[in-house]
Amino acid sequence: MTTPATDLNSAAGADPADFAAALRPHAEDAFAHELKALAAADDRPRPARWKLSPWAVATYLLGGTLPDGTVITPKYVGPRRIVEVAVTTLATDRALLLLGVPGTAKTWVSEHLAAAVSGDSTLLVQGTAGTPEEAIRYGWNYAQLLAHGPSRDALVPSPVMRAMSEGMTARVEELTRIPADVQDTLITILSEKTLPIPELGQECQAVSGFNLIATANDRDRGVNDLSSALRRRFNTVVLPLPATAEDEVDIVSRRVDQLGRSLDLPAGTDAIDEIRRVVTVFRELRSGVTADGRTKLKSPSGTLSTAEAISVVTGGLALAAHFGDGVLRSGDVAAGILGAVVRDPAADRVIWQEYLETVVRERDGWKDFYRACREVTA
Amino acid sequence: MTITVSPPAPAPAAPGPAAADTEVPQGPWLLGVRHHGPGSARAVRDALDAARPRAVLIEGPPEADALLPLAADPQMRPPVALLAHVTDDPGRASFWPFAEFSPEWVAVRWALEHGAQVRFIDLPAAHSLAVREQSTALAEGEGPAPASADADALAVDPLAVLAEAAGYDDPERWWEDVVEHRGARGTGRLDPFAPFEALAEAMGALREEYGHGGHARDLVREAYMRIQLRTAKKEFGDEIAVVCGAWHVPALAGKPPTLTADRALLKGLPKVKAELTWVPWTHRRLARHSGYGAGIDSPGWYGHLFGARDRPVARWMTKVAGLLRDEDRLVSSAHVIEAVRLAETLAVMRGRPLAGLTETTDAIRAVMCDGSDVPLSLVQDRLIVGDVLGEVPDSAPVVPLQRDLTRQQRTLRMKPEAAERELELDLRKDNDAARSRLLHRLRLLRVDWGEPAAFRGSTGTFREGWRLRWEPELSVKVAEAGIWGTTVLAAATAKAESEAVSATALSAVTALAEQCLLAELPDALPVVMSALADRAALDSDVGHLAQALPALARTLRYGDVRGTDTAALAEVAAGLAMRICVGLPPACTGLDDDGAAEMRGHIDAVHASVALLTRPSGSEGPRDPHDLTARWARVLRTLADRDTVAGVIRGRAVRLLLDDGRLGEDDTARLMGLALSPGTPPADAAAWIEGFVGGASGSGMLLVHDERLLGLVDAWLTGVSPDAFTDVLPLLRRTFSAYEPGVRRTLGELVRRGPTPPGGTPTPPGGPATEAGAPGFGPTLDPARADAVLPLLHLLLGTPPAPEHHDPTEVTPR
Repeated sequence: MTTPATDLNSAAGADPADFAAALRPHAEDAFAHELKALAAADDRPRPARWKLSPWAVATYLLGGTLPDGTVITPKYVGPRRIVEVAVTTLATDRALLLLGVPGTAKTWVSEHLAAAVSGDSTLLVQGTAGTPEEAIRYGWNYAQLLAHGPSRDALVPSPVMRAMSEGMTARVEELTRIPADVQDTLITILSEKTLPIPELGQECQAVSGFNLIATANDRDRGVNDLSSALRRRFNTVVLPLPATAEDEVDIVSRRVDQLGRSLDLPAGTDAIDEIRRVVTVFRELRSGVTADGRTKLKSPSGTLSTAEAISVVTGGLALAAHFGDGVLRSGDVAAGILGAVVRDPAADRVIWQEYLETVVRERDGWKDFYRACREVTA
Repeated sequence: MTITVSPPAPAPAAPGPAAADTEVPQGPWLLGVRHHGPGSARAVRDALDAARPRAVLIEGPPEADALLPLAADPQMRPPVALLAHVTDDPGRASFWPFAEFSPEWVAVRWALEHGAQVRFIDLPAAHSLAVREQSTALAEGEGPAPASADADALAVDPLAVLAEAAGYDDPERWWEDVVEHRGARGTGRLDPFAPFEALAEAMGALREEYGHGGHARDLVREAYMRIQLRTAKKEFGDEIAVVCGAWHVPALAGKPPTLTADRALLKGLPKVKAELTWVPWTHRRLARHSGYGAGIDSPGWYGHLFGARDRPVARWMTKVAGLLRDEDRLVSSAHVIEAVRLAETLAVMRGRPLAGLTETTDAIRAVMCDGSDVPLSLVQDRLIVGDVLGEVPDSAPVVPLQRDLTRQQRTLRMKPEAAERELELDLRKDNDAARSRLLHRLRLLRVDWGEPAAFRGSTGTFREGWRLRWEPELSVKVAEAGIWGTTVLAAATAKAESEAVSATALSAVTALAEQCLLAELPDALPVVMSALADRAALDSDVGHLAQALPALARTLRYGDVRGTDTAALAEVAAGLAMRICVGLPPACTGLDDDGAAEMRGHIDAVHASVALLTRPSGSEGPRDPHDLTARWARVLRTLADRDTVAGVIRGRAVRLLLDDGRLGEDDTARLMGLALSPGTPPADAAAWIEGFVGGASGSGMLLVHDERLLGLVDAWLTGVSPDAFTDVLPLLRRTFSAYEPGVRRTLGELVRRGPTPPGGTPTPPGGPATEAGAPGFGPTLDPARADAVLPLLHLLLGTPPAPEHHDPTEVTPR
């Protein structure tokens, strides 16, 4: 998945110095010492083939300090409830579906859950419109097949099948992008916990410890909704957007900083006010109510996620650096905001204008922003 | 711990009537509870069953002792509340709510069923109401229920301290785990007194540390309770059970202060005359968010915990599934099974003894609601809070609302009569204004004593007609409305607020705002206004907004008549108008004929409202009124110029601009020429004419006076091809037939006479023209006399005097 979710949170991660070889080491490698310390300190009962107890998995994700002084960094900043429900779901042998708009760390959470539960986050199926059934069930090594006929040796297991036979956690990314008929392959796997291989007259039965984490984007259009039969096999957890404006400003500015460095943009030191403004606009339009909670607003059709706020600010910085005086100003972000907000030219434009006229205009210190937005809107 | 009262009771006490298998400690039994705690209620019932006391003392106003037998009435159904109010001022009142799962209620019912004496022992309401009166304006309308005295104003929250000591961050959850869920879990017989003893011990430790915990009034209340306890002991010996807030237990146990010390504390307490009665209550009002400090978040859940025989979680999930199925959500038994499993595993993971509300809610969200909060809010609303409404027997004393109504009827000299009577009010008179307010408030409460009626010859805004008729059923309605408050004003305010919050349609809230002003409910207005602003912000149908605006403008005008402060209203109205300005142009494109006609009506209404809104008034809104007019004019101009807008709307926009003097005659002629040019489909052009000169009966005068425009219409009409003419004829006929006969005739004459000679104005100076040369009139204006009228005209129109002197010849004699 290409959302910046992973990167958003990984800034809090451990130092990657040991894994300089890989551009981005797997969670179980990057945080190996934390997992080890947790396993050592963990005296609670573990479900079969789990590397840690559910409690320790939750601690691994939410962070904390162990009795021996090891500090566990928080992997996910958000409500505790969500992580608890997710971990508990895996412990009850129900499959877990992580839902959310892009940029809410779905992939990040699923990777770390798999790493903590099974010690391996690599059993991954990436869902696309072209994902075939073989990616979920099994494929064939055709040379073997032709030479020796159908046999277990000629069979190429999918990550899901491997997870079943070894009692591991499998991951399916972007489940709703997979065509509906391929999705339904999962039904037997999740309800009967078995994968028939009719060609051999055999089956692959899941051993205990097997479970599946799927992620899906609930705001995209043109996706393949889960059939109710499949949906019933999942416990659904919706990952929310950052809870407070400060959290979000923090994430945006940190990420903008990183991106700016990699794009060789001059460091914008005074950008924080403008970032706060962009985040405020995004949050207000997204939640349909002003930050002071006193005025309701209509929400536009776009997602207005944190990831989009980041790209608006980065774009604004580039504009300021190359065509302005290097200081991020309202005019630099206005066009980007307009582009992010007005996705549907008819309805969204009205919503945006209403917002401008009824909220932005009245706000103290936002005059320049209002003027800049009026300019690009007209 | 055995709670003993020193000096130790001399006799070893007669063994309890039914010596249970558990060892019953010596009385009196102090049962500390949390108000509205189902676990507490269950524990109280068990303890009472085991101890079988001869008397039960309960924390509550002693004046209500006489009302207690009503609790056994089969018609009585909780939730109900004891209501105490000052006799001649029903607005000062306190409530003691009881739900089915309230320990106090359980104790009352137990005592009545087992023939035990039951008494209330808290400070009499006569004192508490008077004390509250003195101690600031802490509460208006509804008083702190007894529990709030423990939790509400307390500097130290005893439960929070205990919960923190136990390592919980949420005191409610700690209490649930330790007390409420205790009985629901085990099947083995537990000592019914053990929890009370442990709790008393913990509270004792707390009281030692914190004293009265920052709430000095508790000391007075506890002194009174001790005195009552002493009296009861003289009468019944030690076989007494006391049910009170856990916080008070240490004050009643141990070595009490002397009787004299207690009497001294109570000396000189202020006193008022108070009356008490039972009123029906609802779960919603028990819930915290309805403003009761003593409330509980989840009365429905507690009720379920108290009522469920066994397997509370499984039963709860089944209930939730039933609700969701009724709402057409697909919830199978498999869902229920998985939800129960998830909730129980979550509880284990969180280290709780039993799945509580948080666990079940998390499980329902993840399993039954696909992670969405939308269906979950339904569960929250219908089950966790619940819609249970209590009932009170008819024999309960009259509700104070009726008393307040009677009082007002007397002061205003309006006797309730069964015969229908007409009443005409002049709102400029104080007495009549008060009568009108009362009738409007009653209408809000659905007590339809008066119906508004229009009488002939009274069109002024200061006149109001009513048709009065008192029917016996109205008394029932008054009793029902008693749930909203103790006075007509308070009840109407509460009702209006609740309706504003629950209303879904924008027009409903607007109507409510109007009613609020008519009934003069200033306290309800902010709530209604914010609801109105919210609905307006979310409503994307410009039609709805446009429908709402006239009512608001009208309300502003009424508000002026009645002298109410309408600044907030003006602000909302201006915001609404601004939204219409933004949304109107896109909404006017691509309409069919009917839609366009409807929209045209909206535009007319908004136009009139904008004029009303911008009329300079005493209360200056935050917005510059001229800004709004200018904005509206720009919107009209956009409409007039845009080709994709239906003809009737374009024509109307041009006409409105012309009438306001914002569009010059040349521009008008140009736009008309464009609209009526040969390239335009005839039907569209006819619609334009309909919009421009149709509608109101006076519209035709424009054509009579401006021959250039008439000429354009005439030229267009003669150019319409025969086929198309048949098509546009009905529309044209509709347009012109609405004119007054005189106008029609004049138009006809003008057309027959043919176009005036070139030169524009029909009155060549000096020449004997048809109109200007009427007998008795001079051929031109008399500038001096015309100027003399201008200052008065400016005053009437509210426009600033023109800075420069106009050349009188520019003023056309219209």
